[in-house]
Amino acid sequence: MPKADPSPPRPVGAISDFGIDTTVRTTRQAGQDYVARLRGGELGSLPAVLGLIALVAVFWLLSDSFLTLDNTANLLAQGAGKMIIAMGLVFVLLLGEIDLSAGTASGVCAAVMAMHYVKAGNLLGGMGTTVFAVFAAGLLLAALLAIIMRIWAGAALSLLAVVIAAVGVPANAWYSAWVEMLLAVCVGAAIGCLSGFLVSKIGMPSFVVTLALFIAWQGVILQLIGEGGVFGIGGQHVLFDVANGSLSVNASWALFLIAAGGYAAVVLGEHRMRLRRGLVTAPTPVVFGKVGTVAVLGALATLALTQNRSPNPDLVTIEGVPYVVPIVLALLAAGSYVLNRTRYGRHIYAVGGNAEAAKRAGINVSKIRASVFVVSSAVAAVGAIVYSSKVGSVDPQAGGLNTLLFAVGAAVIGGTSLFGGRGKISHAVIGGLVLAVVENGLGLLHQPAAVVNIITGLVLLLAATVDALSRRRSATVGG
Amino acid sequence: MSEPILRLTGVNKSFGPVHVLHDVDFAVWPGEVTALVGDNGAGKSTLVKSVAGIHTADSGLIEFRGKPVTVHSPRDAADLGIEVVYQDLALADNLDIVQNMFLGRERGTPWLLDEASMEQAARETLASLSVRTVKSVRTPVSALSGGQRQTVAIAKAVLWDSNVVLLDEPTAALGVAQTRQVLDLVRRLAEQGIGVVLISHNMADVFEVADRIAVLYLGRMVAEVPTDEVTHSQVVELITAGRSGDLGLARPESAAI
Repeated sequence: MPKADPSPPRPVGAISDFGIDTTVRTTRQAGQDYVARLRGGELGSLPAVLGLIALVAVFWLLSDSFLTLDNTANLLAQGAGKMIIAMGLVFVLLLGEIDLSAGTASGVCAAVMAMHYVKAGNLLGGMGTTVFAVFAAGLLLAALLAIIMRIWAGAALSLLAVVIAAVGVPANAWYSAWVEMLLAVCVGAAIGCLSGFLVSKIGMPSFVVTLALFIAWQGVILQLIGEGGVFGIGGQHVLFDVANGSLSVNASWALFLIAAGGYAAVVLGEHRMRLRRGLVTAPTPVVFGKVGTVAVLGALATLALTQNRSPNPDLVTIEGVPYVVPIVLALLAAGSYVLNRTRYGRHIYAVGGNAEAAKRAGINVSKIRASVFVVSSAVAAVGAIVYSSKVGSVDPQAGGLNTLLFAVGAAVIGGTSLFGGRGKISHAVIGGLVLAVVENGLGLLHQPAAVVNIITGLVLLLAATVDALSRRRSATVGG
Repeated sequence: MSEPILRLTGVNKSFGPVHVLHDVDFAVWPGEVTALVGDNGAGKSTLVKSVAGIHTADSGLIEFRGKPVTVHSPRDAADLGIEVVYQDLALADNLDIVQNMFLGRERGTPWLLDEASMEQAARETLASLSVRTVKSVRTPVSALSGGQRQTVAIAKAVLWDSNVVLLDEPTAALGVAQTRQVLDLVRRLAEQGIGVVLISHNMADVFEVADRIAVLYLGRMVAEVPTDEVTHSQVVELITAGRSGDLGLARPESAAI
């Protein structure tokens, strides 16, 4: 290993030698640079944010009930499931791969979770001996493949799923709902180990692998739930509250303090360190502007959501930030941290940008390629928990139909490139909001499903066009 | 400099029935630029890849600082301080300069990268090479010109305290001014005591920066001479015919006896 010595022994020129290099820019320069980047085709999530604002304005004008507190909270809970699946998909899209099976894989997780609840922890009884044996063997196989690929987290989660399935947690214990949700995530990780192995070690195109698995998982869901069957989970208050419950008013404000305060602490702390050590920094007013905007918007949103939003305020009180908000924020923070601050995240971007360069730099490309499928499926399982909770049941269509396509659409609308290398977790959140607004708004306007689908398709098409055009633009500018 | 930092003796390499390198002897001296020239298919890339650990030589001896070494993987080469700057650059477009220079060898823990230390080291390295054309070390590589990319790729090799840097056609795709920059950079690498190997088709570049010229002809090393002892046309003859006057392969009639 060549040493990474902090004090290079070679003659080091004065920093001023490094001619035009600038570290601190004025706000004006930063603004000019931003405009130049936009002109250069690096739009990021700007089109999606503008689109979101425009859509909200249009629906607000057309429908009285759109921008009500009740509908806003409802919209968040409706969109959260697909949004979370999209967050996991960003990891796969960053490599220029696709996971078509994320939707139905999440459905499998939801079905296992719901069966565990409905059958009071007795998966063996619920599935029948043969199916249970195949299920357990599949989990063990996933663990084995993960060990072969040296993806330890995937192996651990797969084995944990076997343990939970075998032990059979008592149905009425206070922790049983939490174990069920953990089981869903573990099954998701195991599914990711399978698809990751097929893509990276066998070397099949991810499109084909996940297309095949998409169909296969659909069959698995049908097998688990049964033709025309349905598992109701609305009776379990923890599982039901995930997407339908809200934090108390005090807890909502505590969440605001933690989220906004944490964001401010991280951003300002980093800014101070960079200024002190003479590194490249954004202008101080811009940094303060960002932190201030987040704090003000967060406070306003918290204030709004802590009002009583019940349609019948005299009968029931509904107030507080819905649980889905902290869930999405936690995933957003965790995903951003992994992608931006860890070696793993850096390597994901590198493999997505230039796999050959990454290989020559000594990065284990096939392990990275497999691991993103584990992340995608495990996060999709979280999405499954949320969307199942929203409807209060799991049926054979769970995660099927358009779930996956909407999730991919959300990531792309937010600004993540399908060609790999470019994207952020926040793109999935913004894109997910756009799709949720379209779906919810058109529903309120009593538009038929035909119109909803056509408009959603057009929005996605628009986003893909922006992606392709901006890529072309940056190719000519950067070339 | 009396002792070569890297010496290859009698290296052979075949791909199936194709014998690409025949008993090649090659040496790299620290602080010198050795140009490796030869026509297409002469075996230049194979020779470089054997040194870089991408191919393993079938037979022959590789000595590093006088000691025999084995180079079976790019990792082995990196451990010896042998860096290759490839023609296609091997940079990730979506990452910035600092991220590319430290790719695969990031500082900090796996769970928290030390961006500050990496950024400072990258800036110092570029400064030590008197690179003045980059606006900010946080510029994404996609926004750089061809010459700037080449500069980053070369600076990456320097950052790792390399002992030997092999440059594969570094000026092939560059304009006049950018070629100038890169050639200056090549000279500065040698001045820092690094053994530099420059693979090039451009005789003007070779004569400008190289201290010695090694000519490969159909997989054989036909000449390894100081630059000031040969002329332009002699080198061209060596490349195309394998000999020039007393230099190069023996005449066929004498070889036949």
